[in-house]
Amino acid sequence: MADAARGKPMPHQGIFEPWTDPVAKPLIQFQNVTKRFGDFTAIDDLSIDIFEKEFFALLGPSGCGKTTLMRMLAGFEAPTTGTILLAGDDISPIPPNKRAVNMMFQSYALFPHLSVYDNIAFGLKREGMPKLDIHARVEEMLRLTRLERFARRKPHQISGGQRQRVALARSLAKAPKLLLLDEPLGALDKKLRQDTQFELMDIQEKTGTTFVIVTHDQEEAMTVASRVAVMDEGKLIQVSTPDVLYEDPRSVYVADFIGDVNLIEGKAKPSGDGIDLHWAEGQPVLHCKTAKPFGEGQTCHLAIRPEKIAIHSQEPEARNKLCGKILDIAYLGNISTYHVELPSGHVIKAQSANTRRIARRTFTWDDTVWLSWTDTAGVALER
Amino acid sequence: MARRFLILVPYLWLLALFLVPFLIVLKISLSDPEISIPPYTPTLDWREGWAGFTDFLSQLDFENFIFLTEDDLYWKAYLSSLQIAGISTVLTLLVGFPIAYGMARAAPDWRPTLLMLVILPFWTSFLIRVYSWIGILANEGYLNQFLLGIGVISDPLTILNTQTAVYIGIVYTYLPFMVLPIYSALEKMDDSLLEAGEDLGCSRLSAFWLITVPLSKAGIIAGCFLVFIPTLGEFVIPSLLGGSETLMIGKVLWEEFFNNRDWPVASAVAVILLLILIIPIILFQRNEQKQREAEGQ
Repeated sequence: MADAARGKPMPHQGIFEPWTDPVAKPLIQFQNVTKRFGDFTAIDDLSIDIFEKEFFALLGPSGCGKTTLMRMLAGFEAPTTGTILLAGDDISPIPPNKRAVNMMFQSYALFPHLSVYDNIAFGLKREGMPKLDIHARVEEMLRLTRLERFARRKPHQISGGQRQRVALARSLAKAPKLLLLDEPLGALDKKLRQDTQFELMDIQEKTGTTFVIVTHDQEEAMTVASRVAVMDEGKLIQVSTPDVLYEDPRSVYVADFIGDVNLIEGKAKPSGDGIDLHWAEGQPVLHCKTAKPFGEGQTCHLAIRPEKIAIHSQEPEARNKLCGKILDIAYLGNISTYHVELPSGHVIKAQSANTRRIARRTFTWDDTVWLSWTDTAGVALER
Repeated sequence: MARRFLILVPYLWLLALFLVPFLIVLKISLSDPEISIPPYTPTLDWREGWAGFTDFLSQLDFENFIFLTEDDLYWKAYLSSLQIAGISTVLTLLVGFPIAYGMARAAPDWRPTLLMLVILPFWTSFLIRVYSWIGILANEGYLNQFLLGIGVISDPLTILNTQTAVYIGIVYTYLPFMVLPIYSALEKMDDSLLEAGEDLGCSRLSAFWLITVPLSKAGIIAGCFLVFIPTLGEFVIPSLLGGSETLMIGKVLWEEFFNNRDWPVASAVAVILLLILIIPIILFQRNEQKQREAEGQ
């Protein structure tokens, strides 16, 4: 599981970046796709390219259209307007049973009357594959998902994690060009989910299949995906690798959706290689380096991650510093998040690693502390 | 103690209302007819003690059962009942499955209403409902009047007093017993299973045969038994709608009891009927138990 994944380059850590290559041909292309259900627009004029061997995550709150997008790929929904191309061919007229696309369902949708073996063999039998080949392929899938011992069991006789693996094996058995995973880990508990994430990545790498995963869990999307598409109200907000999404969000929505963030709203004033942010009466002006052009007096949001803010008991030497009082401490074991209230009433979150035992903690409730960060720690956003 | 007593209650109930009556019927089937009250002999006289009891036992014999094998009316009636029950079960399944399927696929808001419509006929007496079919199926009945009126036929169809009328009556009466178990099996089915089937290469039709039908199997089997078992001994429907040509064991039983007043032969007919029914009843309960075990997981 985790061992298998450790030490190997993850797709996004290596040089696997076909989206930066202008001549690479995408496996899937959404071209101005719109999907309406009555008055409701589930997908709004969306275009996106997904490349072969990618592990692509669709991330967003429920109702953002990510599931609709996936069901259009599987063939259960047809776009109202626009085209979807798979390997260059329009797939709209192809029914789901003829598509080289398989789906792993959120509920797993295992056939309760069939054994694990027959569940995995189901799609192969429909293809009319010779018996011996089916047997070989099913055995291979059982080995891949470490289910050899459970082949004869019925789905209700195995655990949730095993069922999840049967569903994965069944959807991979036909060696699809594209595998769709609808909240594949939603039904598992946290520990199992983390193990399974690595397992999924490992299997994706071994089989070389393109995976598209739908999830509302940002941590999951960040862990497994080579690229993440953040969606809201049927639109793509940002499509980036996980690190860019986290470190360089393009909008307040993305900054806020991915991880924890402090958002400070104010008026920008160009200054040197960045801007000065005037944000509250009586508070020092904050400086942030940015390449984006901001006009004088333009509204600007400074997004800064809690772990990039240092916390001190004495006034530090730093470009940006604020003084406040500790309102709350969230102790998470490895780290603590300090909620610091400024005299202006704003609350800033700062995180620090608990390198010492809790009894020797430097700061406690109601302490007056200084917060500081560099001028490159934050991101200045227009909206 | 209290617990044992609680367990005892259903056993006493079965003993008093099932086993004892059965033993009485069995005893009568081993007796001889006689013109008296009660119309059979021997009867046990407790005052004669042990000698009287052995004398009583010695007078019981299997004569009536042997008689049943000699007169071909009886086995023909049994066979004909089995045939009618079998065909009606298949017909009820053919009519009932699409109804159950339609109900299970209907919008959830509509399901209670549809369920109500299926159960609604139970609120009227069974006898009245069968009688009203006479009014519909008779030569001057509503059906013929309607068909003549729209010009589909020029002479009234003879339906009443034929096997067809019996099948119509049975399918109509027992339809809810078929629909309800199938509906409950189909309703539990997850729609994503069909999508998964399609995703893995099934056409709509093959998904129906490979997924929907196997998953409703328990409901289909339960429904078939619930129709087959009571239909086998059915008496009211064949005697009201079937006329003289329909031979069913329930009718024979009635005639032996009330027209011939031959209680011993009638009881023998009833005992054989019960023995025939025991096999499907045991199979039915096996199916139910298997179903419970599968769901218990």
